[in-house]
Amino acid sequence: MAQRQTFQVGTGLFILLGFAALAYLATQTTSLANYRQGPSYDIVARFTNIGQLKLRAPVKVAGVRVGSVAGIALEPDKLDAKVTLSVDDRYDKIPDDSAAAIFTSGLLGDQYVALQPGGSPTNFKNGDEVVLTQSSMQLEELIGKYLVGGDAGKAGDKAKPDAAASGDKKE
Amino acid sequence: MNAVRRQSIIAAGLAQVGACGIFLLRILRALPGSLRYLRETVRQVFFVGAMSLTIIMICGLFVGMVLGLQLYHTLSIFGGTAALGTVVALSLYRELGPVVTALLFAGRAGTSITAEIGLMRATDQLDAMEMMAVDPLAYVVAPRFLAGVIAMPLLACVFNALGIFGAHLVGVNWLGLDSGTFWSNMTSSVDVWTDVMNGVWKSAVFGAVCTLIATFQGYTTPPTSEGVAYATTRTVVFSSIATLAIDFVMTAFLM
Repeated sequence: MAQRQTFQVGTGLFILLGFAALAYLATQTTSLANYRQGPSYDIVARFTNIGQLKLRAPVKVAGVRVGSVAGIALEPDKLDAKVTLSVDDRYDKIPDDSAAAIFTSGLLGDQYVALQPGGSPTNFKNGDEVVLTQSSMQLEELIGKYLVGGDAGKAGDKAKPDAAASGDKKE
Repeated sequence: MNAVRRQSIIAAGLAQVGACGIFLLRILRALPGSLRYLRETVRQVFFVGAMSLTIIMICGLFVGMVLGLQLYHTLSIFGGTAALGTVVALSLYRELGPVVTALLFAGRAGTSITAEIGLMRATDQLDAMEMMAVDPLAYVVAPRFLAGVIAMPLLACVFNALGIFGAHLVGVNWLGLDSGTFWSNMTSSVDVWTDVMNGVWKSAVFGAVCTLIATFQGYTTPPTSEGVAYATTRTVVFSSIATLAIDFVMTAFLM
């Protein structure tokens, strides 16, 4: 009987350890770790081109993560991208004339939204819109500009299908 | 002459696969009956799972450390050492964790299952059970099968966790990569469902396949000491082949 008890305790410990490992992997090493538990507020930014920006990409001020991209949608009449930024309530002192830009971390890293603080005395509130935005820098466009000496329109058009094709690599 | 022999070898191989498939169906049919022997299943989870923890943890740690070392040097050529955490996590969760765990499991637990059931067969214990109206499939085979399916994903998770720890040890504590970079890159590109759970499904299937092969080899072994020895060897060989082949097929479907 005592031996049987040992087996059961050992099995219980083993199963607990296994599930603890699974919970650790799932919550600490995956994108779940980036979910903020705290309350947040949404602001909207419109970009003419968001490049490879993805859902849940970080939103940063001065390089510090303050929130994440909560939604990406195409505005049907204006044909520009409407990006919803979900910012932590802790960071409620962001001036409402701040500018939003899409940058790339490193040369080939993931893209993120950077908020560059302005000087307005009033701050962003839930539902506000960022007026000043800067679209993502397209490497192909830059190369095209450089190659054809400023004829950016043509090069941009040519580069677009490439950008679309490389955009669907991995979600 | 040669052609005839080759044909008979192929036919024998096919017959083995077919018999194994029928054996799987018989186990599945015996599963409801084996619920009466829940204690036996718990005991088997202890034997195939908890007793394998030591080898799994040590191997996971070293696999993670060697991954960290190798990938750091390769990635530093491209100036991409920031991606170390991502690459280690993805390769562990998707491939190395489930596959290496299954290979170790076949060597550590599969062989002992085969030898145990094989000796039961050789000493007529299985026939004795049938005489006593105890279904050996429900009492001996099904609990071990269930234990394998339960234990393997948990072992793979422990393996992965230790692997990440090992890679962190080498990459951050030894080679001086920034800890924040390591974790933030990993968390931004690893997904729960497509990466972590993908590996869990895989290892559950590997657990079923490895224990099926181990129990089948033990159950159908020739009742001699030589037969048990061959059956044990075949368990490791067939389990390894089946694991790697099924891994390819599952990866192709789950991607």
